[in-house]
Amino acid sequence: MTGWALLLRTFLRRDRWHFLWWSVGLAILYVSQGWSVDGLYISQQDFDEAAALMESNTAFIAMTGPPRALNTTGGQVIWQSAAFGAVTIGLMSMVLVARHTRHEEETGREELVRAAAIGRYASLVATTVTVLLANLVAGALVGGGLAAYGLPVADSLASGAGLALCGAFFTGVAVLAAQLTSTTRGLYGLTGAVIGTAYLLRAIGDVGSSWLSWVSPIGWYQAMHPYSGLRWWPALLLVAAAALALSVGYLLFVRRDLGSGLMAARPGPARAGAGLRSGFGLAWRLQRGSVIGWSVGMLLGGLSYGSIGDQAGDLLGDSDLTREMFAGGAEDLVDGFYGFSLIMLALIATAFTLSAVSRPRSQEEAGHAEMLLATGVTRLRWLAGQLAVCLLGTFLVVVCAGVGLAVGYALATGKGSGFERFALPMLAQVAPLLVVLGFAVLLYGVIPRLLAAGWALLGFAVVVLMFGEVFRFPEWLRNLSPYEHLALAPAEPFRIAPFLVLLALAAVLTGLGAFAFRRRDIA
Amino acid sequence: MATSPIEIHGLTKHFGATVALDRLDLSVAKGEIHGFLGPNGAGKSTTIRVLLGLLRKDAGEVVLLGGDPWADAAELHRRLAYVPGDVNLWPNLTGGEVIDLLGRLRGGINRRRRDELLERFELDPTKRGRSYSKGNRQKVALVGALASDVELLLLDEPTSGLDPIMESVFQSYVDTFRDNGGTVLLSSHILAEVEALCDRVSIIRSGHVVESGTLSELRHLTRTAVRVDLASPPRGLAELEGVYDLEVDGTRARFSAETARLDTVLAALVDVGVRSLTATPPTLEELFLRHYGDQLEPTEP
Repeated sequence: MTGWALLLRTFLRRDRWHFLWWSVGLAILYVSQGWSVDGLYISQQDFDEAAALMESNTAFIAMTGPPRALNTTGGQVIWQSAAFGAVTIGLMSMVLVARHTRHEEETGREELVRAAAIGRYASLVATTVTVLLANLVAGALVGGGLAAYGLPVADSLASGAGLALCGAFFTGVAVLAAQLTSTTRGLYGLTGAVIGTAYLLRAIGDVGSSWLSWVSPIGWYQAMHPYSGLRWWPALLLVAAAALALSVGYLLFVRRDLGSGLMAARPGPARAGAGLRSGFGLAWRLQRGSVIGWSVGMLLGGLSYGSIGDQAGDLLGDSDLTREMFAGGAEDLVDGFYGFSLIMLALIATAFTLSAVSRPRSQEEAGHAEMLLATGVTRLRWLAGQLAVCLLGTFLVVVCAGVGLAVGYALATGKGSGFERFALPMLAQVAPLLVVLGFAVLLYGVIPRLLAAGWALLGFAVVVLMFGEVFRFPEWLRNLSPYEHLALAPAEPFRIAPFLVLLALAAVLTGLGAFAFRRRDIA
Repeated sequence: MATSPIEIHGLTKHFGATVALDRLDLSVAKGEIHGFLGPNGAGKSTTIRVLLGLLRKDAGEVVLLGGDPWADAAELHRRLAYVPGDVNLWPNLTGGEVIDLLGRLRGGINRRRRDELLERFELDPTKRGRSYSKGNRQKVALVGALASDVELLLLDEPTSGLDPIMESVFQSYVDTFRDNGGTVLLSSHILAEVEALCDRVSIIRSGHVVESGTLSELRHLTRTAVRVDLASPPRGLAELEGVYDLEVDGTRARFSAETARLDTVLAALVDVGVRSLTATPPTLEELFLRHYGDQLEPTEP
């Protein structure tokens, strides 16, 4: 263990921004729930009615947790945040552990460190301490933040402590996974599967067979019942599970060589399959994981919006803020809410589009484009292959969001009208997405290093959607956002003209970008 | 074909204010292995990237396999294979998949040769890109290139990271490729490799080719180191044209002579009477250092 303190100091220094952003993000996740609940429901009567609706909504419960004391701010905060918070802190622990274990071994840096006068355990101990400290900081910030917001102190601290302990458990899982697999991706896969399973088990448990919630560490955290009869003993389960996972991880650590994992890396195919014979085939192969992941994610996102059903009006309360943000001038609050949801989902889908459209640039920077362009592939074909995957993925993601909305709505209300009212208008949202895509292609063709400016356009559109109405942005400014032009479905009927204009604009931008790309030097 | 596979005249390329290539001339004849020598940053890779149509020339004339490397890039690329000096593989594709993919995109791959090359280079095609070492990544690109039925190989420091055994496997395949009528442009700074393989050599410096020719032509332009033991102390040697750095120690002398004037120098020595003589032709290294000597000894005026 010689030298672990020295390593710890280096790790803490390298991770300082991780510490800051993850814990601030988590604190915001929790405290903002309190703020929004207090803003939405003006009278206790409103609050009671909304709480009664939420308690009877199975989809909500599956997503969040067991409904307890939902007509209090504290009860709402822990209900809405605990499960997502636990998943988030699990992801944080996973990323941090991977950073200092598998990633360091993959890049060969760990070898340099181990060759120095440093004990065998030093870097693993330093890693564990670093990540546990990160959990502690996040838990403290959440607990302190909730207490500072004015919620009961003991329950607030328990919310933070339980969260930190969830993090500790997932830290142990990640350390264990680091011994089993030999790659960072493998570590992400194993730990991510454990986090997902923990979330899923408690979802099923909370809806029906409650014993399943008792198999999940996230379930233990929620079983502490902050703000509704706090009890500390489930925390002991978390402590024990974290200690067990960490111990097994350390035991396995001594049994393996540097750079290897206990599970041998599987050999891949020695020959390329039939799909791998074009630029498109390669682009699909490289991006299919992300396309499928995003599609599933958007389906779930759509489901969760859709499952609110016709209760949107009651759930959101009746404050002026609600009306301005969601209704956007629409008479009916339900229509207004779904109009807002459609654009929101489209904006989230844009994040997929932007990350997919940045692939050509990263391929170029990594030198992969050079190898392909030195073969019989023309520049245009190469770019077209990349963009085709991006386009296909964008369609798929948007369709999934729309279908999710309609299915969720049908499940909640028993009405099939959601397909016509939400799923079809969702499809129209492809047009503004393609404008952003075209903008990004233009940047890539002309000034590739400014490609990230595509994200600025998305950021701007989010600001316009959230605050355009409230802060009375001038008309021309709002019109700069490509999402502000389609008819506001489902309140308004579909208009073909703006849809076609957006598509044409997208085509022109993409064409210009491709033209410029043909004429410039390849990095 | 009438024109040679690579014909470059006055090629100039700027990156912003820096001049990467400055009126570069290069000619590679069909069926030869042409060594492209120069230190890092001299412009070797830039030249090759212009030949591949990845970079746009600012001025000059470039003909590749009878076509325009910028306008006809893709068609020309079906007739050549390229190996970069730093091969970056897709982390989640196996070596075998990359070899097949690049081969297919080039318009076909010789499967029998592919398998033979994999065996000769002792390369495991089932490993993923991220787990290959530097040398093995290089082998993936080499197998892909050598297994393709092409006319021209553009090799940009292709053997960096290869061990000596693999280096000799590489050399034998390149030799065979040339013997079957193929043309090779081999950029390298491993001089032993160039000496063993190349028919002709071009030396590039600061974006300009400063010397080009067969190895013996180039040697001719330089000096031969001579050590001689004579019957009596030498006379008049210092006045002879083409003799440099003369050191006389009794009857022994050491000097370097212009290779082109060896005849007259030797005649003068024979007049005195030669007891023993060793003459060392200049190595490629000396040739190379002659052009870059001032960079190695920056203190000399």
